[in-house]
Amino acid sequence: MTVPALTIENLSVEFATDRGSLRAVDGVSLSVAPGRTLAVVGESGSGKSVSALAVMGLLPGSARVGGHIALDGEDLLALPPEALRARRGGAMAMIFQEPMTSLNPAFTAGEQVAEALRVHRGLAPAAAFAEAVAMLERVRIPDAARRARQYPHQLSGGMRQRVMIAIALACRPRLLLADEPTTALDVTVQAQILALLGQLKRETGTAVVLITHDLGVVADHAEDVAVMYAGRVVERASAATLFARPEHPYTVGLLGAAPRLTGGEGRLASIEGTVPDMRNPPPGCRFAPRCPFAITRCVAEPPPLAEVAPGHMTACWRAPLAQVLGAA
Amino acid sequence: MLVWLARRLAQVVPTLILLSVMIFGLQQLMPGDPALILAGEERGDPQVLAQIRAELWLDRPLHVQYLHWVGNVVTGDFGFSWRIREPVARLILQKLPVTFQLASMAFLIAVLIGVPMGILSATHRDRPADWLANGIALFGISMPNFWLGIMMILLFSVQLGWLPPSGYVPLTEDFWQSVSTTIMPAFVLGSGIAGVLMRHTRAAMLTALSQDYVRTARAKGLTERVVVWKHALRNALIPVVTLGTIEFGRLLAGAVLTEQIFTIPGFGKLIVDAVFNRDYPVVQGVVLATALIFVGLSLVADLLYMAINPRLRQA
Repeated sequence: MTVPALTIENLSVEFATDRGSLRAVDGVSLSVAPGRTLAVVGESGSGKSVSALAVMGLLPGSARVGGHIALDGEDLLALPPEALRARRGGAMAMIFQEPMTSLNPAFTAGEQVAEALRVHRGLAPAAAFAEAVAMLERVRIPDAARRARQYPHQLSGGMRQRVMIAIALACRPRLLLADEPTTALDVTVQAQILALLGQLKRETGTAVVLITHDLGVVADHAEDVAVMYAGRVVERASAATLFARPEHPYTVGLLGAAPRLTGGEGRLASIEGTVPDMRNPPPGCRFAPRCPFAITRCVAEPPPLAEVAPGHMTACWRAPLAQVLGAA
Repeated sequence: MLVWLARRLAQVVPTLILLSVMIFGLQQLMPGDPALILAGEERGDPQVLAQIRAELWLDRPLHVQYLHWVGNVVTGDFGFSWRIREPVARLILQKLPVTFQLASMAFLIAVLIGVPMGILSATHRDRPADWLANGIALFGISMPNFWLGIMMILLFSVQLGWLPPSGYVPLTEDFWQSVSTTIMPAFVLGSGIAGVLMRHTRAAMLTALSQDYVRTARAKGLTERVVVWKHALRNALIPVVTLGTIEFGRLLAGAVLTEQIFTIPGFGKLIVDAVFNRDYPVVQGVVLATALIFVGLSLVADLLYMAINPRLRQA
C-alpha cells in the first residue's frame, strides 16, 4: 500500500449558529492514495462538502475544525493561513458543483486558468496564458486558443466545467477534490466530464476525492467509496465490495436493493423518514430512527466504524447484516 | 459598436424634445412678468412695456415663442441674456469650467473616501472597522452642506487661517491658489456623496463576496487582496458606477447653497440669479445644458458598463 496523498483523521467541524452550535462533521476518517479515486457518497447535509472545504481551508471563519488533515504527510490544520493559501490551487485543488456561477463573469476563460499558473508557478502573463491554452486543450476544449479569449457567458455548461477542471489541474495538484462536478450538467456531458477526470487522473497520478450523491457515478468512476450519513462515515469499502455486499442499512437503502433473504424485518425499497436535526442529533446511531433493523443498543450507543471483512468497514451494531437477516 | 452608438444617440432625440417642451412650459408657470422687471423705473409706462414685449417676442403666441427658441438652439444660438445683455452660450461657457472643476474635485474626494471605505466595511463586516465606516458614512450623509461649509470656514479660515474663506481663482491663473479656493467647497459637496457611495459599495461588495466565483478564486490560492480587489470589486462596480455618474451629474448641475456660501461663481449661482430676474433665455439655456450633460454622462456610464461587464459588449 502506497502512502496516502490525503489522510483525514477524526475530523470534526462545528458551526456556531443562532440556535446553538451545529456539528456538521463528526469524527470522519478517510484516506486516498495517489492515482486513486475515493467517492464520498451521501445525501445533502451529510457533511461531504463541508469535509472537502475543511481540507481546502475554505470554511467560513465561524467554523471550528478539529482532528487531523494531512496532505502528503503534512498537517494542514497546523499550517499558518499564508502557507495554507500557497497549497490551495497548487498542491491541492477543488472543482465545484455549479459551473455556471463558479467562473468569474468579468474575466476570460484563459485569464482565469492563467491566474493559477502565475500564482503558483510564477509564470509571466504571456507564458501563463500560453500554458493556459495548452491546459484548455488538455481538457479537450475544441479550438482552445479562441475559447481562451472568450468569457464564461459565451461557453456552455460542460465547457465551463472543463475550464474549472483546467484551473484545478493547471498546477498538477497531488489532490483533487471534486464536489458534485457533474450534478448541474446534462447526462451525456456528465459522462464526458467524468471520463475526462479519470483520464487526467491516470495521466498525472493525482488522488481524487469525488463527492456525489449519485451511486451510478460511483460504480463507474471510483475505486473506493465512503458513505456518509449525518456527519459521520457509516461505511467504507472498495466500490466493488460495496455494491456486492453493502453492510450498513443506510447503504443498502441508498442502493435501493432489498435484501434477498426474506425475513420478519421487512424490505428496504426506499428510506423512510428524514435526516436528523444536526443541532440535536440522536445519541446513538444517527440512522437508528430510520433503520428497520434497529435494536435498543442502536438508539443508546453510537456504533464505531469497525472492520467486517478485510478493507471493509461499517459502523453498525448489527453487522454483519447477513447474519441478522439469516437469524430472523 | 458604431451601430450601437448611433442607435444610442438616436434615442436621445425624443428625450431632448420632450425636455425642451418641459423647460419652456414650466417657465411660463413662474409668476411674475419679465417685462415689468426689465422696465425697472419705467414700469408704469405702457408704451415701454409694449416695446419690451415686442422686442423679446413676449407678445407672440406661446408656440411661436417656443419654435423660435428651439430653432435657434438647434443652430447653436442659445439667445441673449435679457438682463446682462450677453450671449447665453458665453455665460454658460464661462461658468461651466468653474463648476466642472468643483464637481470633479468633489467627486474625486467622494470616490477616494467612499469606495475604499465601502470595501473595507464589507471585508470587515460586523467588526469595529465596519461600524466605524458606517458611522462616518452616516455623518457624511446627514450633515447639511451649509452647516458643514460654515464650520469648515470657521475652523480652517478663521481659526487656523490656512485657507481663504471665499472667492475663486481659475485653474489657468494659479494652480495652487485655485485648489485652495475650491478644496473646502469640494470637500463639503464630496462628503455626502462619499457616504452614499460607501453604502452602495459595501452592499455590492457583500453580494459579490458571497458569489461562487469568489470561492473559486480562493480555491486557486489567490491572496485575499487579489480576491477582494480584483475578483469581487470588478463585479461590484456596476451599481457603484451607476450611482457615481448620477451623483457627478448632480454636482455639475450646480451646487447652489455651497457655491453661495463660498461665493464660487459657478452654474448654481448663474441659474439662481437668472430665475430671480426672470431671465428666461438664461434659465432655458442653463437647464438645457444641464440636461445635455446628463445625457452625455449616461452615455459614459453605458460605456463603462461595457468595459466592466463583458456580457454587455455584444449588442
